[in-house]
Amino acid sequence: MMRRYAAIWFPYLVPDRLISRQPELRGQVFVTSLPERGRLVIQSASTAAVASGIKTGMILADARAVHPDLLAIDHDPELPATLLRGLAEWCMRFTPIAAVDLPDGLVLDISGCAHLWGGEESYLKEIARRISKLGYHNRIAIADTIGTVWALSRYGKNGSIAASGRQTEALSSLPVSSLRLTDPLIDRLHKLGLHHIGSLAHIPQPALKRRFGTELIARLGQASGDLPEHITPVIPDPVFQERLECLEPVRTAKAIEIAIRRLLEPLCQHLLREKKGLRQAVLKCYRIDNEVRQIEVGTIRPVRNTAHLFKLFENKIATIAPGLGIELFVMEAPVVEPLDVQQERLWLDAGDQQNEVLDQLLDTIAGRLGQDAIRRYLPAEHHWPERSYVAAASLSDQPAIPWPEGLNRPIYVLPRPEPIKVSVPLPDYPPMLFVYKNVVHNIKKADGPERIEREWWIEKGLQRDYYCVEDEDGKRYWLFRSGHYETHVPEWFIHGFFA
Amino acid sequence: MIQEAIKKEVMDRLRREILAAEGLQRQAYEPKLDMGLPALASAFPDQTFPTGCIHEFISPDMESAAATAGFITALLGHMTKQKGPCIWVSRHRRLFAPALFAFGLPPDQVIFIHPDKDRDLLWTTEQALKCRGLAAVIADVPDLDLTASRRLQLAVEQSRVTGLLHRYLPGNTGHTACVARWQIKPLSSETGDLPGMGAPRWQVNLLKVRNGRPGTWIIDWAIDHFELSTQLQQSGPAKEIFIYPKAARA
Repeated sequence: MMRRYAAIWFPYLVPDRLISRQPELRGQVFVTSLPERGRLVIQSASTAAVASGIKTGMILADARAVHPDLLAIDHDPELPATLLRGLAEWCMRFTPIAAVDLPDGLVLDISGCAHLWGGEESYLKEIARRISKLGYHNRIAIADTIGTVWALSRYGKNGSIAASGRQTEALSSLPVSSLRLTDPLIDRLHKLGLHHIGSLAHIPQPALKRRFGTELIARLGQASGDLPEHITPVIPDPVFQERLECLEPVRTAKAIEIAIRRLLEPLCQHLLREKKGLRQAVLKCYRIDNEVRQIEVGTIRPVRNTAHLFKLFENKIATIAPGLGIELFVMEAPVVEPLDVQQERLWLDAGDQQNEVLDQLLDTIAGRLGQDAIRRYLPAEHHWPERSYVAAASLSDQPAIPWPEGLNRPIYVLPRPEPIKVSVPLPDYPPMLFVYKNVVHNIKKADGPERIEREWWIEKGLQRDYYCVEDEDGKRYWLFRSGHYETHVPEWFIHGFFA
Repeated sequence: MIQEAIKKEVMDRLRREILAAEGLQRQAYEPKLDMGLPALASAFPDQTFPTGCIHEFISPDMESAAATAGFITALLGHMTKQKGPCIWVSRHRRLFAPALFAFGLPPDQVIFIHPDKDRDLLWTTEQALKCRGLAAVIADVPDLDLTASRRLQLAVEQSRVTGLLHRYLPGNTGHTACVARWQIKPLSSETGDLPGMGAPRWQVNLLKVRNGRPGTWIIDWAIDHFELSTQLQQSGPAKEIFIYPKAARA
């Protein structure tokens, strides 16, 4: 069967995207640029910029000479590929086989698709109309081979359709650069006066090969269809979603439980087939009065254990207001991560089992209290007591530095040091007594002072001289004096309680 | 001779059955947990620190609460070494994590859970106590009635997790289903002739213990182990129960 291809060219891919994100850019002269060998080189230019003579590949400084108010935006080298992949997935409404053609186009295999839209002409118009609606300039062509559609979309009339088997005619008036050749080869052809593809047709192939190498022959062959060429279609990420429609609207908690179980089974099987585990699951309940109620659960590690997920959902069933009844349940897993099958089966020894139980417990707790309620603490490289430890980002973080040893630190600290009245004999001696919450404590034993300087590169303030003291009842406290004697009236604070 | 052996065996079996009926059974494969408190062993049933059950600690003031936190941390240091991770459920954030290290417990091995509401506190504690993989669960639960304590005790009988409930300024100190009730008070430290402050010294009151003998001990925390200083009283419950009106709480 003869194949048919369509090529879509987005001449202003990146600028169009930027305009759709920031509508104030519309109509403005702007470019995106990237540093290259110490200069800023223009990677893409808006329609207005191209109209005023700015081209891609120019140096930004030269372009500024043409247009002094030129707006330059940092170019994201990953952006075109991401955009094209998204567009290719979007194009799957027109054909199941869509491929990305870097840097600025798509190639669709449309064999057997066009008649569904009533012929190639209306098919092509529909694609062009809908892409324009997305905000992208585009040029489309349809022909038998990838080489021809590429050339027609870039260099031919917009919307040109080459009839089946008529590649040679369609291409003859196009410039040689439309054959996807390298720049030196194009230059060489131009030097010899071969400006159009038609002018190559009369030269015998062995002569062409001898003079210009195999590249030209291959490209010509691909354009005419003598040489096969393939595209790599985009495969969309699987969507982990399950639906359950109810014959009758349901209202009871038991019915919702059954629905959750029914949805979790196929969802987990699907995850198993794809070797994935979910980190987040959402249950949407569509009520008959058009309201949607949803509950979400999150896990700290990828999971596809039905029982565990059910338990997490079970805690939240009470928060669903069924109203007059729910007629449709949709379960989605928006966040998934790889989870190997082998890992699960082979390496589940006692330690792993313990971890799994612990993970399940923490998921349950996080479901009710939020992830922020669960903390682990790691040592931090600060002497200042309030900063001497930090909350770990994840449950598997290990301390980067050892916990400080030999420091006498209280087991309880006050959230904020509280001022106390003291009676103190001499500078640098510990107090003889202090009054805290109207109770007088006579100090019998004391250690100190331990001076802790404030970290001036973080914040300004006075240093602290800490004393560990014990009163006549054996109660132990952590006190400090703020500031120097010479320059400040010393203030005393209580900061903690020793065990 | 044979009769004596039979008698001993019968006695042992009966003792085990009584313990089991009291919710203190120890599985045959479960090793005796060394809490580093040999001096206190005689106070406990079966000469072992009871694990897989609920202990409560009562603190009437902040200084005692700090001492209790130190004592609990030292116990935990022994437990986590032998059994696995532990969870500390607490609404306040007074605990200074780096200080745990001095009591033999690396602070990064503790998972802290900070619920915002009192309602969630008991729920979280119960969930954690039901989890088999844990060595111990510490919960700062000031209010605990008989029903709540019974629920927690039932949870640990399945999972064999040890629950340590720290009750700072409890609303009432009525009867609970906890196996043991402790009160720890800080005491003047012993320094000899040296100046400064010595190692933490506590008066450990075991006010109640099911099937055991309550008593009072003076114990030092000597860098990495408990050290018995004096045994004050070995029989009869110490009179150290405090009842605080709710209004007096900080």
